[in-house]
Amino acid sequence: MEELKNKLKAQIIEALNLEDVEVEDISNSDALFGDGLGLDSIDALELIVLLEREYGIKMDDAAEGKTILQSVNSMAEYIQLKKA
Amino acid sequence: MRKVYIQSDNIVSSLGITSEENFNALVDNSTGVKMNYTGNIYKELPLSLIDKEAFIKKSESSIRNFQSYTFFEQIMIWSAVDALSKVNIDASSDRTIFVISTTKGNIDNLKTKEGRQSDNYKLWYSAKRVCDYFSNNNEAVVVSNACVSGVMAVNTAAQLLQTGAFDHAVVIGADVVSDFVIAGFMSFMALSPKPCKPFDDNRDGLSLGEAAGCLVLSTEEHSDIAIIGGANANDANHISGPSRTAEGLYLAIESSMKEARITASDIDYVSAHGTATMYNDEMESIALNRHGLQQTPVNSFKGYWGHTLGASGIIEIVASIKSMENKLLIKSLGFDEKNNGEQINVISKNITKEVNIVLKTAAGFGGANSSIILKKY
Amino acid sequence: MGVEVVSYIRIKDHKAWINGEALNLDFSAMSFLKAIYKDLGLKYPKFYKMDELSKLGFIASEMLLQNNNVKSIINDFKQDKIGVILQNSDSTIDVDSNFYDSILDEQKHFPSPALFVYTLPNIVLGEISIRNKFKGENALFVFQKYNMTFGVDYINSLFENNKIEACVGGWFNANSENYDAFLYFAKGTNKQENAHTVDNISKIYK
Repeated sequence: MEELKNKLKAQIIEALNLEDVEVEDISNSDALFGDGLGLDSIDALELIVLLEREYGIKMDDAAEGKTILQSVNSMAEYIQLKKA
Repeated sequence: MRKVYIQSDNIVSSLGITSEENFNALVDNSTGVKMNYTGNIYKELPLSLIDKEAFIKKSESSIRNFQSYTFFEQIMIWSAVDALSKVNIDASSDRTIFVISTTKGNIDNLKTKEGRQSDNYKLWYSAKRVCDYFSNNNEAVVVSNACVSGVMAVNTAAQLLQTGAFDHAVVIGADVVSDFVIAGFMSFMALSPKPCKPFDDNRDGLSLGEAAGCLVLSTEEHSDIAIIGGANANDANHISGPSRTAEGLYLAIESSMKEARITASDIDYVSAHGTATMYNDEMESIALNRHGLQQTPVNSFKGYWGHTLGASGIIEIVASIKSMENKLLIKSLGFDEKNNGEQINVISKNITKEVNIVLKTAAGFGGANSSIILKKY
Repeated sequence: MGVEVVSYIRIKDHKAWINGEALNLDFSAMSFLKAIYKDLGLKYPKFYKMDELSKLGFIASEMLLQNNNVKSIINDFKQDKIGVILQNSDSTIDVDSNFYDSILDEQKHFPSPALFVYTLPNIVLGEISIRNKFKGENALFVFQKYNMTFGVDYINSLFENNKIEACVGGWFNANSENYDAFLYFAKGTNKQENAHTVDNISKIYK
């Protein structure tokens, strides 16, 4: 799980062009949106593409995304659930 | 300030290749948005597509060297040929300027390596081909501002005529449906799986369409319809999401009304952008509310043509003109349920009404907002 | 009432000038645009999310607006009376090609919304407007080359109609081979000097 979370962080940094942000800067429970990393609605859509491209998980309902994309923890849990 | 009159118009769309054919379909409330096969990737999608065979059959003989133009260029040229055929304005004159509105032009040319190395894809190149067709030597003005391009192009042309830089303008707006645009809107989860439902509580996204439209403007030749105000403004909020306070659209409408020297109560009808995405329609309702336009009849034509991007503003202005001329406001197709958001007066069936002043709005990516006010004399 | 040019900047051939004075930039370790970003001391992470065309337009606008001639007067104007009126030639050709490449293969079809949004040449107007809270007239025009006559006449007509009190005007273009930006800041004035005319603009656009 930890391995997945670190991989996920690196992928998020790359996909969202988060210059000057390192894997260590993102904690598992940090809110990705709002005050956290300051991501916006396009970033959210981009994370949905990331889940599909890297993990083959298709999310059709954008509303569902709100809870799933809350933090690295919630994303990793979702990936494990879908992959199980 | 010189007054700018609208002389003539045309619409090429899924509903026909003249303004009359199109308006007749609107009066019948029949839509051009149909489930269409779009290739291997998305299979079936509701789209508003031009019947290419019928278009070629009817227009080929009227356009010189028809085959040498792309479909995008053909519909632009036909639209202007038809609009100009009804008026006595010299398109080749150095007093006439062409203003072209498009977002993606010949985007399909980028599919191949050769296409990427040629200028054919560039927007100014398509515009030049249109000017060359009409032997007009002025460099065309290309307006490419996402979904507000059409309304902004008419505003730009009006501005150029008011100041006396030119006497006549041929404003053409066009975009064609491509994999590129479908994939893009899909990535934004902005496309509805069903034909779009502007302003309806159950709306869930837009339908794409393709079209061309033309408006011929003049300060020298008079007509019953004039442009009395127009403005563009930015939300300064987000590059893709509309402002929650509708700031930009509110400001654009305010500035247009100021120029037109009217107040909101003078407006008889609003032709809205109404894309049927959750956020756009809510934002527009807020802008209309902030101006006290809750009771003014409003519709969106997207239920008939889908969102035709660079063409949309132009063809919707043409439809608004026909509504003024025919004293008939068209039902906002796709609006079934109540709108439980901000209260506005969406037209639920065709209404016979004297319409003298029309407000047309548009909003799009980049935080862009435009509005224009037309008056019938 | 006339219109005067307050300040102007140029980016071309890996050089950058503010009011005709060249910036001294070391870009051996990074892209040229990033070198300007660092030189200006900017902290705006959104910059890194932009495509090259928007980066160019944005950084050009920062050079223009952060310089003291403009910075000292910018608050004199109402936000909704500051316009951004720019021109471009190649539109968004690079990002268009990239986006097409990402969707042509049926098996690897992952269209990116962050890429798609930059396939519109007017997005940079949004970026500049967001950064500076400019809410006035906005327009992006496409011409083969910088059409100075149109640009000057159009902006002057917006001043004449009282639609704007100040304006960022000019030209920016980027393709895989090179980039070029020329931006200026104009405002209404009673003075005769530095008038916003085609003659004067052609003198500073060299």
